[in-house]
Amino acid sequence: MFLLSIVTPEKIFFEAEIKSLVVPGTEGYLGVLSNHAPLITALIPGRIEFRDADNTINLMAVSGGFLEVSNNKASILAEAVERADEIDIERAQVAYEREKNRLVSAGKAETDIDLPSIREAIERARNRIRVYKEGHK
Amino acid sequence: MPTLRDVQNRIKSVKSTRRITSAMEMVAAAKLRRAQQSVEQARPYAIKMEEMLSNLAAGSTGEIIHPYFEEREIKKKTLVMVSSDRGFCGGFNSNIIRQAIHWLSENKDIETELVIVGKKGNGFFKRRQFSIAEYYGDWGGSLDYDKAKTLVNFLTTRFVLGKTDEISLLYTRFVSMAKFQPTLEKYLPIVPPEKNDESKSGGTADYIFEPNAERIYEALMPGYATTKMVTALTDSFASEHGSRMIAMNAATKNAGEMIDGLTLDYNKARQAQITKELLEVVSGAEALKG
Repeated sequence: MFLLSIVTPEKIFFEAEIKSLVVPGTEGYLGVLSNHAPLITALIPGRIEFRDADNTINLMAVSGGFLEVSNNKASILAEAVERADEIDIERAQVAYEREKNRLVSAGKAETDIDLPSIREAIERARNRIRVYKEGHK
Repeated sequence: MPTLRDVQNRIKSVKSTRRITSAMEMVAAAKLRRAQQSVEQARPYAIKMEEMLSNLAAGSTGEIIHPYFEEREIKKKTLVMVSSDRGFCGGFNSNIIRQAIHWLSENKDIETELVIVGKKGNGFFKRRQFSIAEYYGDWGGSLDYDKAKTLVNFLTTRFVLGKTDEISLLYTRFVSMAKFQPTLEKYLPIVPPEKNDESKSGGTADYIFEPNAERIYEALMPGYATTKMVTALTDSFASEHGSRMIAMNAATKNAGEMIDGLTLDYNKARQAQITKELLEVVSGAEALKG
């Protein structure tokens, strides 16, 4: 068992003892168990999965952020985190369509639209849809 | 001596002013509660971020290389001044503006520019010959995350491109419900955290960095810059509402005192008139008796 805290700019999203954790690192998904060596890594959009004290698996969508592990304490700093069962699927789909259209029109207009930021937004929306589907199997 | 009607009109007008100020006080109090809450809820994130940065510095070997840390010879300085969009908040804006002027006079030997947040600060400096690089207004007294990000983007790009060599941040820190402290902080370049700092969370742990420290800095620094700005803005908004609440509370009390005074005047004038009328009646009667 080790302590996991997930902190967002709005609030402390989650804080409790858990048994295992899987997060989307920049180099791929990585797992954390008790007594993990000290680690700092950046996170990309993806899903956070952890097994809590009652062995329930929790699924969340994360928009990217950071993970720090030290002294049996894992902290995740993220701009946005949502539980799989709390994701507003309609909103995610709307955002996905909107950003996709922006990307298409940006390709046509060739104006100075911030392409990387559109791609990131698409990735975030797609991630939320994916996690939602996984949580509603 | 004002007539009865004059005094009555004065009382009426002061009363309606009092109604407005007390309504504003209540609105400010409600907004303050919300702003205070968001200040407190944002704190863990900022603290954690600071901690992570210092662990990163403690655990990584060699020089920290990131554009935000770059210290250059200072040829040009930028001041970000956070004021409010609306007035009626006591000395809130004049305190901030006074500090800004002080800063400008301290740095008058080198080139300076201002970045202004809030309508009131802009209104003041627009009329004077200071160079205003950018102005961000219409916040509506609460934090707009996207707008804050635009502001941070503007500042960081400006710094990285070498258009300015140092950026300071002047805002009002929310110390407590009754204490709002104008605070001047260095924003960019970021002072690298102490290397030999034995971090609270794990001593001098041997950190694994995935993929490497440089890439993490790259990802962490923009977020760090944003968090610092967001903290300053939320503090400033909370202070603004707090100042307004206090100012309006004082105004409401003053109006109350004024009404008491005027009511006394009114009663005196009324009694004087009654006495005068009585005297006239009595002396008239006396005269008729002969």
